[in-house]
Amino acid sequence: MAKILRDGDVWSGAALAALGIYILVQASAWDYFSLDGPGPGFFPFWYGAAMTTLALVLIISKVRKSNAGQEPQQGIQPETQTGTPQDKPPLLDWTTTGRALGTWAAFALAVVLMAPLGFVLSFALLTFFIVAWVFGRPLLTAGITAVVTALAFHLAFPVALGVDLPTGFFGF
Amino acid sequence: MEIASGLLHGFAVALQPYNVLWCFIGCLLGTIVGIMPGLGPAATIALLLPLTFKMDPAGGIIMLAGIYYGAKYGGSTTSILLNIPGESSSVVTCLDGYQMARKGRAGAALGIAAIASFVAGTVGVIGLTLIAPPVAVFALSFSSPEYFALMCLGLALVVLLSGTSLTKGLLSLLFGLWVASIGTDLFTAQARFIFGQAPLLGGVDFMVVAIGVFAIGEVLSSIEAGDDAEVLPVPRGIRNLLPNMEELKACRFAFLNGSITGFLIGCLPGGGATISSFIAYGIEKAASKHPEKFGTGVPEGVAAPEGANNADTGGALVPLLTLGIPSGGSTAIMLSALVLWGVKPGPLMMQDSPDVFWGLVASMYIGNVVLLILNLPLVPLFAQILRLPVFILFPVIFGISIVGAYGASGRIFDLGLLVGFGLLGYAMGKLKYPTAPLILGFVLGNSMERALRQSLMMSQNDLMVLVQRPISACMLGIAVLILLIPLFGSFNKARVRAITENG
Repeated sequence: MAKILRDGDVWSGAALAALGIYILVQASAWDYFSLDGPGPGFFPFWYGAAMTTLALVLIISKVRKSNAGQEPQQGIQPETQTGTPQDKPPLLDWTTTGRALGTWAAFALAVVLMAPLGFVLSFALLTFFIVAWVFGRPLLTAGITAVVTALAFHLAFPVALGVDLPTGFFGF
Repeated sequence: MEIASGLLHGFAVALQPYNVLWCFIGCLLGTIVGIMPGLGPAATIALLLPLTFKMDPAGGIIMLAGIYYGAKYGGSTTSILLNIPGESSSVVTCLDGYQMARKGRAGAALGIAAIASFVAGTVGVIGLTLIAPPVAVFALSFSSPEYFALMCLGLALVVLLSGTSLTKGLLSLLFGLWVASIGTDLFTAQARFIFGQAPLLGGVDFMVVAIGVFAIGEVLSSIEAGDDAEVLPVPRGIRNLLPNMEELKACRFAFLNGSITGFLIGCLPGGGATISSFIAYGIEKAASKHPEKFGTGVPEGVAAPEGANNADTGGALVPLLTLGIPSGGSTAIMLSALVLWGVKPGPLMMQDSPDVFWGLVASMYIGNVVLLILNLPLVPLFAQILRLPVFILFPVIFGISIVGAYGASGRIFDLGLLVGFGLLGYAMGKLKYPTAPLILGFVLGNSMERALRQSLMMSQNDLMVLVQRPISACMLGIAVLILLIPLFGSFNKARVRAITENG
């Protein structure tokens, strides 16, 4: 049981089943058929139902495989081919996964800061973080990279090409 | 005979020095602007259209055709180098193009893309010259049921060939359909899945999804790989920066496949380069002696979709020039430009405006040569992007992604979505969900729903309309067969073994 609960396919299957049910619930609130033809609920109903079914198939196949304690035979159950060695979701290594998620969080924070600080400053901060924290370069290198990269983007896009980028309190 | 004399007349127009110059400038500008994420051919043509307003119609349309070609090639450059598709039709190029770049064959991939563009573009123009009228009549027989069936066929091919697990491929596709549904309903203006967010009423922009899932997801995966993550290798020496004979030999069928598939699907109004590139890739993989290598960086995986993407240009002009029906956003803008110059595209265009019609056709032959001459020398230059150390390259990719996503709408809200789709791309990679079905489901979702609902309106809600029409029935039959194939044990064993051997 504990093994099943640690399986990424089971969790992703559960999330997709929940999404499928949400789609079905929403679609049922809209017209399925109207006088003019299929309504806005028609198409979502069908792909929502398909998503729920397939997500449950994914979960059940994982549970069955786990109970049987063996890999499903390829070719007989095409929907359960996730059991091949390459398809097994690797167990999480929190050191490496943390680095990726930390970068993602920094990116998310930079986007939040875009409105008050503008593109140049928030992008410079993101670059500084990636160079210094993710790649472990000296702070001076990180600082220079951040300033040069942010300035290069500013000169290339808003100044030279006239492409709009978010501006903050400082006007850039 | 009439075609030959018309073409000769066209070359006389297109080879005038200033028209050659416009063609060259168009290709150059199109390539440069097209490289930027978010600026596909339609946006590039729209952006540069004002440059042609003061020109004579023949020169103007020749320059627009050059821009169209250049933008199409430019879109593949970032796909190959940075895994950032410049437009939806370049998504497939990412699959093998970026993997080639990771193996140190970025220059070769760019070269193959340029050569495929040349070969397929030329085939497309020959097709436009010779069989425009009959093909246009055939395209007219396509109605909503046929379009729905065509999209089902494209989606089935992608799901079959995108991973070992059909279930995950289909789930990825359905997720893409759901994302496409977000926004205002096409027919009734009903808001769907907007979570109370007004910016979602207009739907989710393609660039946000594509950049998030491909570029940000890839960067996060590479960062997870840690200190071992290397700068993408770029070999020294011009020879190593261009495709070798072995690679070109491997692409022979792919050039032909991409050319024919791209042209035929391009002829269909609404067919588009995206679906043709996916189908050409699917055919290439299905027919290959080593399908297990697709997705790991094989040159055919670049040549087929790039060829289809460019042959589509010639095909897309068939309904535009012979019937006055634009087949997509780019040709719609070209149509508006033609109307602006007082030229009426349609069956009489060859007689009423031979200079424009045949000048455009001839200029496309010239444009293909110009594009090849222009881009092959630039390949080594573009490949140098990969010499950047990763600690600089990754922030640059984040920066370009922000520019691409924000540039499409000018809303910080879209950057928030980019963050979400970036995490989704990373999670899909970790959980081994294929991303290509998601992207194609998203790109075709609205068109597919529209075609299905229009079909049912035509038939008073009778689903039999989809199988009562021969073309539609054939394509749906093939799509069903494709999805049922895995139920046949021996074939599926071979399919799964082929794909898993990739690893």
